[in-house]
Amino acid sequence: MSAPLSAEQMAGASPTAMPADIEKAARRVERRQAFSAALLVLPLIVLIAFAFLIPVGLLLFKSIDNPVVAEGLPETLTALQSWSPADGLPSDAAYTGLKRDIEKAKAEGTLGVIGARLNQDTPGARSLLQATGRRLDATTDADPHQAFIAIDKRWGEPEIFGAIRNAGDRYTLNYYLNALDLTRNTAGDIIAKPEGQRLHINLFIRTVWVSALTAFVCFLLAYPIAYLLAHLPARRANLLMIVVLLPFWTSILVRITSWIALLQKQGVVNDALASLGVIGEAGRLALIYNMTGTIIVGTHILLPFFVLPLYSVMKTVNPNLVRAATSLGASPFTAFRRVYFPLTVPGIFAGSSLVFILCTGYFITPALVGGQNGQLISNIIAYHMQQSLNWGLAAALSTLLLVMIGIVYFLYTRLVRDQR
Amino acid sequence: MTSLVSLRGIQKTYDGKQLVVKNLDLEVSEGEFLTLLGPSGSGKTTVLMMLAGFETPTTGEIVIAGQHMTRLPPQKRGIGMVFQNYALFPNMSVAENLAFPLEVRKLPTVELRDRVEKSLAMVRLTPFADRRPSQLSGGQQQRVALARALIFEPRLVLMDEPLGALDKNLREQMQYEIKQIHARLGVTVVYVTHDQSEALTMSDRVAVFNDGIIQQICPPKELYERPGNSFVAGFIGENNRLSGVVRKIIDDECLVEIAPGVTVKARKVGVHATAEPTTLSIRPERVKISPQAGEVDTVIAGEVESVLYHGDHIRAHLRGLGPAPFVVKLPNTNGAAATLVAGASVSIGWASRDCLALDLMEA
Ligand SMILES: Nc1ncnc2c1ncn2[C@@H]1O[C@H](COP(=O)(O)OP(=O)(O)O)[C@@H](O)[C@H]1O
Ligand SMILES: [Mg+2]
Repeated sequence: MSAPLSAEQMAGASPTAMPADIEKAARRVERRQAFSAALLVLPLIVLIAFAFLIPVGLLLFKSIDNPVVAEGLPETLTALQSWSPADGLPSDAAYTGLKRDIEKAKAEGTLGVIGARLNQDTPGARSLLQATGRRLDATTDADPHQAFIAIDKRWGEPEIFGAIRNAGDRYTLNYYLNALDLTRNTAGDIIAKPEGQRLHINLFIRTVWVSALTAFVCFLLAYPIAYLLAHLPARRANLLMIVVLLPFWTSILVRITSWIALLQKQGVVNDALASLGVIGEAGRLALIYNMTGTIIVGTHILLPFFVLPLYSVMKTVNPNLVRAATSLGASPFTAFRRVYFPLTVPGIFAGSSLVFILCTGYFITPALVGGQNGQLISNIIAYHMQQSLNWGLAAALSTLLLVMIGIVYFLYTRLVRDQR
Repeated sequence: MTSLVSLRGIQKTYDGKQLVVKNLDLEVSEGEFLTLLGPSGSGKTTVLMMLAGFETPTTGEIVIAGQHMTRLPPQKRGIGMVFQNYALFPNMSVAENLAFPLEVRKLPTVELRDRVEKSLAMVRLTPFADRRPSQLSGGQQQRVALARALIFEPRLVLMDEPLGALDKNLREQMQYEIKQIHARLGVTVVYVTHDQSEALTMSDRVAVFNDGIIQQICPPKELYERPGNSFVAGFIGENNRLSGVVRKIIDDECLVEIAPGVTVKARKVGVHATAEPTTLSIRPERVKISPQAGEVDTVIAGEVESVLYHGDHIRAHLRGLGPAPFVVKLPNTNGAAATLVAGASVSIGWASRDCLALDLMEA
């Protein structure tokens, strides 16, 4: 027979009184575990750094980085420092500086680059600079002012100097202004672009609209498919799953080409409708090379990205919940609306976010089937990356796209959270 | 008592090949607590699902309170159901869960609030009204499920292993609470479990299921004292089995030869003719150790293989009586275990009314 525990013994056994060395040992164990966990994810961190963080960082930097004019025409810029276009033409010092800068650039072979940069804001500036460079010689030293105007009368107007100064900041927000359909006048004030040149804002709006519409059409199609997948007997569900995943087995170009064959004016769909007499020969539908085409083909390509997350959420919904609802007196529709649907909202959220985000980034599909009014912001970004080589603008547009997706995603999260 | 539920000639197959329920006839009286007891896969849930309307019987008909239910959809049957794992709506609070059946019945708001409050009080969950089910313990979730199935005052409540996920103490407490509520509301309950002690303590009647057939349906006491066949005897409580051959039948008793020259007297339950093979069933607690002369009808010798100490009782395994160890259970009173030492030879005995001659147990 053991004696009952004394109060002291009881206190010793309490879990709150922890000797210091045990605490230290526990922390040591914890540290060791944290370290081995870190080792495990190290490759992933390296991959993310190289494939994601560094490129995105460079992109952000590229959108404000503006070294060409600042480094190419330093003396001109110094002379223009206290000048404003309202003063009329700049002082002779500016012309002298410009002459020296151009000669130096010619010697270093960078004149073309500087011209190209200026050309982004002022069309024609590139050839002006090249021509001026060719015709400058020692005779112009006496009166550079007159000599420049003699070479080209544009040197006698303040606009070109304003353009040089606007392009001369080492770091600039001009790419963002351009991306938002804004510009600077020669005085350096921010103004809206002329009517005909505003296209980015509309493209952003169209991109959001097309992506949202595609996500919504995907939702309408994906919900019944995912429901069937989650509720059919296993064998038939597997077959259906293969059908859903089939598009992934074919090249995206093949799929798009097939859609062209189906949807074009003389395509299968129009032929069928015309031969059935639903539409007349003159009334053949424009189903492709426009926004409709972008949405139809985008929906087809992105549908699996909606079905899969939705399916995985539906799989986890306990079938007894709907049974419980009906046993409590709810009609099948009420049981669906009050119980089943709310529980699948996370899947809808995942699917629509995925489709929306993928859609904002797609450029192959709109490029091939979008025609004029089906082009999205990514097509313009691709254009500036590949054709016009205005990487600063491409970077600014991409950054704005990223911010926009972030905002939409944030608002959407709030909306879905309030729903539940 | 009037019959509330009638199941007549019910058969059920899911795949068209194998009958999960074979020819079920069952009457449930108004206010009765009937338990369907059976091993997993014996078709208990299927019977409940047919009653609730989630499965259609392949043949047969279901009548509840004089109304044919067989083709009626579940939402029109007005049967309360407590599901395995509760099936509480995770997207609704406790109060919303309880209000759900009243809302779909379009009850006026004032009455609805009143009923929800009373219901919460009944299961002692008033402080938890605004919690989500996931923020409750298992026992609390169980009580919500119970309250939700009762709140619209159904005449019949079905419960499918409602306590299966709870630990032992909580389970016993909930058994008590369910019984209390049943007694108070007078509602008819069809309860499914695979736990025999739960079935015995809670029910007015127990239907023992095996293989889609009701093996026996009767009050708990009778089930234990007078099992109808060797499946029931084996499923309800512990029993020792000895196989033998019927040698002689005298009224409701018979003589069974369990070994060459060893004959014991038994109550005749599942045997009909001499020379029939039979299984004898003897409850471990009905066996006496070293019985006095005249105290028992049958005395047999055995050897103690092992003794297990259980606190309130002692169990001994004996050798020499059939292939399996023969279990004896003694209350732990002073000196009870004195003669029980491993390796010792003992004589044991039992009254012939405690030894049942049942049908042959199939292997
Ligand atoms: N929906 C179903 N489809 C096919 N077979 C089923 C289905 N539900 C149950 N079964 C089968 O019917 C038999 C009885 O199951 P069930 O009624 O759930 O038994 P219990 O509830 O007694 O464990 C089991 O063999 C089970 O595999
Ligand atoms: Mg079951």
